[in-house]
Amino acid sequence: MSENKNPNVGLFVTCLVDLMRPVVGFATVKLLEDAGCRVDVPANQTCCGQPAYNSGDKADASDIARAVIKTFEGYDYVVAPSGSCAGMIKDHYPEALADNPAWLARAEALAAKTYELMSFLSDVMGVTATGAAFDGTVTYHDSCSGLRELGIKEQPRALLASVDGLSITEGKETETCCGFGGLFCVKYPDISEKMVDAKVNDIIATGAGTVLAGDLGCLMNIAGRLQRRGVPVRVRHAAEVLAGMTAAPAIGEPQDSEMGGD
Amino acid sequence: MQPTSPQFKQNARDAIADDPLQAALAKLAVGFPMRRLEAAARLPEFEGLRDQARDIKTHVLENLDHYLEAYEQKVTESGGHVHWCRDAAEARNTILDICRKANAKTVTKSKSMISEEIAVNAFLEENGIEPVETDLGEYIIQLRKEPPSHIIAPAIHLSKEQVAETFRNAHLDLAADRSLVEPRALLEEARAKLREKFLGADVGLTGANMLIAETGTNVLVTNEGNADLTNNLPRVHVVIASIEKIVPTLEDASTILRVLARSATGQDISVYTTFCTGPKRPEDLDGPEEYHVVLLDNGRSDMIGSEFHEMLRCIRCGACLNHCPIYKSVGGHAYGWVYSGPMGAVLIPNLIGMEEAQHLPNASTLCGKCESVCPMRIPLPKMLRKWRERQFKAEIGSPSARWALKSWAWLAKRPALYRMAMNAGVAFLGQIGGRGRFRSLPFAGGWTSKRDLTAPSGDTFISQYHKGVRGDQSGALKRKKVHG
Repeated sequence: MSENKNPNVGLFVTCLVDLMRPVVGFATVKLLEDAGCRVDVPANQTCCGQPAYNSGDKADASDIARAVIKTFEGYDYVVAPSGSCAGMIKDHYPEALADNPAWLARAEALAAKTYELMSFLSDVMGVTATGAAFDGTVTYHDSCSGLRELGIKEQPRALLASVDGLSITEGKETETCCGFGGLFCVKYPDISEKMVDAKVNDIIATGAGTVLAGDLGCLMNIAGRLQRRGVPVRVRHAAEVLAGMTAAPAIGEPQDSEMGGD
Repeated sequence: MQPTSPQFKQNARDAIADDPLQAALAKLAVGFPMRRLEAAARLPEFEGLRDQARDIKTHVLENLDHYLEAYEQKVTESGGHVHWCRDAAEARNTILDICRKANAKTVTKSKSMISEEIAVNAFLEENGIEPVETDLGEYIIQLRKEPPSHIIAPAIHLSKEQVAETFRNAHLDLAADRSLVEPRALLEEARAKLREKFLGADVGLTGANMLIAETGTNVLVTNEGNADLTNNLPRVHVVIASIEKIVPTLEDASTILRVLARSATGQDISVYTTFCTGPKRPEDLDGPEEYHVVLLDNGRSDMIGSEFHEMLRCIRCGACLNHCPIYKSVGGHAYGWVYSGPMGAVLIPNLIGMEEAQHLPNASTLCGKCESVCPMRIPLPKMLRKWRERQFKAEIGSPSARWALKSWAWLAKRPALYRMAMNAGVAFLGQIGGRGRFRSLPFAGGWTSKRDLTAPSGDTFISQYHKGVRGDQSGALKRKKVHG
């Protein structure tokens, strides 16, 4: 747990949240500030480099990694509302920069203070409740990188359990990949469809009205498939619920959605 | 076999549309993982055993030359012969020579992935020798002229009705009114046919789950006992194994056996675990008169020291297949060659070439489930990524995807330009995406063919944040009201 009650946190907002769902960024800032952090949002951040790294473009991935390190190494902590982007920084920057000892050391130093949002709140800041309310039953999807690279499983559930009015019903396949996989879902759409259908079926079987997760990639994939199939389950990033920011439409829904209202 | 890996995408589509296959995969997807979990839960030291098993193979691979020579010496001392073969052709010819010297007409075989890898069955047939698979699943796919679809359950893709039909087509003496509805009836039918073959075979060809250096022993793990009849009854026993199957001691073999069946089928131990050392000794009651080991390299020594070195720890348990969402979606045949699943996606490019197998390392979400269950803790996702790096360097793959990626990366490295471009793009999409999502969008067909695409809200987080926007207003902000 953090010695410093008011650490300086650099928010790595992630490209998807930045472009597609700003409310997750605002929710993240609120959660961090409520926990006592001083939050800064460097304006020159772009992306963590996963699309390049996972496509084998190691040179570009390393360049991007170096840029992120330079931008963020001055903070006490770096927090991202995503297990896969945090995992990229924690696990893969040191791999990508392993050839250069000086950069490896800087990558490892950044890795050591980089966290996914919910594990940071729970494990570092000792947050047990966020004071939010949400009227409804939710189910939670464990996104792969968060779960298997960073060991995030209990933290989001513990925080969500503190939300007034919220109950969690677990799927049988919460730990199974949703079929997003970055560029995988557009390169192999048939297989991805099969996987996301299995995920959607598991979500439907829980009877929950809302599905939550900690990664926007998975969430956009799941939402897109639910909506294509006409299934009225709402999809949100867990941070929105934890921060009490659920006035905005759920993912993929218009402002005046008839499905609105949680 | 001629690989169909280049047609992976079509193979996958066919597999997804194949209802009996999907039914079989759905069963596998539940059964194997559940039983593995139960087996691991029964053994508190399971995770520790995985570490030990990994360490054994890591040590072997660092000293492979030493252990291979020690192993050869022990095989020779016990009266057997070791044949070193660089590639599949050498191994096939070596096996044919042994069969010819034994005047063999029939060769019984117990399940061996290496024999699939070198395609020895077709070769023996071409040379007038009948190979007979005696593992039930292998026997079925041999009759159907198919490759295995799973490394430990080769006919997992078939329903029992398809098996019955296969037997009716192949067993011409089978009475038309004989019922083959029950699995037991299928088993009895195969057993009756195979019994004749066991008794008549001149050579028995088996694989090896391990080769033990300190004793010159090969280990055979089966659930059917067919390997025992294959190695004991014929006059000549030939073991075909690749060089990385070596373990130093009997003790090491037993450590690996403790994780093997648990990882594979969730059994504590397989029904039969057989240790064969050399030919029959004068005081033995049974056993083969000749004992040969065909030791195959076939690209393995090139993997040593490469980024795929750790793949050589693989013990072919199939756990990565059983837990892989891609394998569970498309089955083994889609991979287009002998191996499949995550281990196949790493190994196949090593064996048939990176270009032919280019889809396999890419057809993965890198979800990491495989590594989390691998008894040898092989970092499979990391190695899939390594193949992608090699492909990217060699410019293999779609030029347009490559161009798009390079353009995006170029932009991502220039924050000011990136910001301008993204602000414009997001504003535009926000304008036209008032319904919250797109059902189709030019250049996004890969996504929108299967799912709706969430529309951005019109302004990026960074730009809003630096304009001083905070918290609760964000959701309602800048989103066009849609009427009707």
